[in-house]
Amino acid sequence: MAVASDDNSTFKDYAHPERLVTTDWLARQLSYGVVGSSDLVVLESDEDVLLYETGHIPGAVKVDWHLDLNDPVKRDYVDGERFAQVLGERGIGRDTTVVIYGDKSNWWAAYALWVFTLFGHEDVRLLDGGRAKWVAEGREITRDVPDRTSVKYPVVERNDAPIRAFKDEVLAHIGQPMVDVRSPGEFSGELLHMPDYPQEGAMRGGHIPRARSVPWARAAAEDGTFKSRSDLEAIYLTEQGLAPSDDVVAYCRIGERSSHTWFVLTHLLGFDTVRNYDGSWTEWGNAVQVPIEVGAG
Amino acid sequence: MTAGQVTAGLPESLDEIAQDFAALSARDRLTLLLDFSDELPELPERYQGHAELLERVDECQSPLFLAVEVEGAQDAARSQQATVRLFFQAPPEAPTTRGFAGILHEGLDGLTVGEVLAIPDDAPYRFGLGEAVSPLRLRGMVAMLTRIKRQVRIKSAV
Repeated sequence: MAVASDDNSTFKDYAHPERLVTTDWLARQLSYGVVGSSDLVVLESDEDVLLYETGHIPGAVKVDWHLDLNDPVKRDYVDGERFAQVLGERGIGRDTTVVIYGDKSNWWAAYALWVFTLFGHEDVRLLDGGRAKWVAEGREITRDVPDRTSVKYPVVERNDAPIRAFKDEVLAHIGQPMVDVRSPGEFSGELLHMPDYPQEGAMRGGHIPRARSVPWARAAAEDGTFKSRSDLEAIYLTEQGLAPSDDVVAYCRIGERSSHTWFVLTHLLGFDTVRNYDGSWTEWGNAVQVPIEVGAG
Repeated sequence: MTAGQVTAGLPESLDEIAQDFAALSARDRLTLLLDFSDELPELPERYQGHAELLERVDECQSPLFLAVEVEGAQDAARSQQATVRLFFQAPPEAPTTRGFAGILHEGLDGLTVGEVLAIPDDAPYRFGLGEAVSPLRLRGMVAMLTRIKRQVRIKSAV
């Protein structure tokens, strides 16, 4: 059984307001004792694999993007069987409402939500503002790891096509709407990696020809929550000239920051066709003979 | 492979930590790593607010700064016996990076120059952490060790 949406008025303008919950809403669910039931499971998805252990929202369970959602051998996501195991052991059934939150303005939470969507998990939402907002508001944090009773999650075949783009498709997509969500330095080719981040091995710098540079953070307010629909429309529709009916590809370095933008375009602005190119620059910047553009564009 | 082979060539202090990790399940290794993160000593006052005295380790996923001191390296004949002191700074939001630093602090601080320089470069892979945090994330600890050894080499040269 899914739990009711957060009817918070700040969300009502978004295309799919049911995809977000506020910290207030989550605190209320905690006080009702719903968190951790078969109706509602809260997941923390962080870049830092140990951050959950330092303290998390009471009742929240950890999911690690790398260890739980990526295939351990090849560069791909887990298959249906492994996904069923990861969710089942966290007490998540096919009709459970899942709320995901995380560090870094919810990058990794959005990434997890996108992976859940590859498997068609119906009711998966983000905690607006993520971990940082919950902590900043002085809300309860615990190191207690909840004991979850395993449930049976069905083995569902991953359906990549609607929301995931592969290199050859991106090559054929050049000239159509494409959003590069990395920092300006990465886009221009001056930097091979995020400022302040380790070099993750791209041989070449620059961007996919004719991609538009819209750093992911432009969609986020100071406190890590999403900007209002009108502010988002001013960026993506007015300034960038995108339309909700466009076929859009978003990419970054490994597909985590572009999951954030994918969420914005799909769920907040109601675009019909947005695909995340998770190969992103760590594939494109290493691929032989693919075209590359350098400069600020 | 026995635990002894895994840790061959490590100084006793680091070997002990490796044995502790080896005895645990992947989940408990994370808990032990968290202990190292929690117990990482604060920067001493003389380094606080002096970013220019610290070396930044860019290879870590989160910002980490370190300082290396070598005590008593003035005497060329005895520079290999001089004592190495290590200082680290990493924010609480980066517990994995802090945990790596904590392991190196506990394992290396107080060793001699010769002992630190003899530590195999692949030591970070001998704590069974690849399974717990993924080998990808261990690159940060490899970089810390490399930079520590480089500084020790420079600061012990007479």
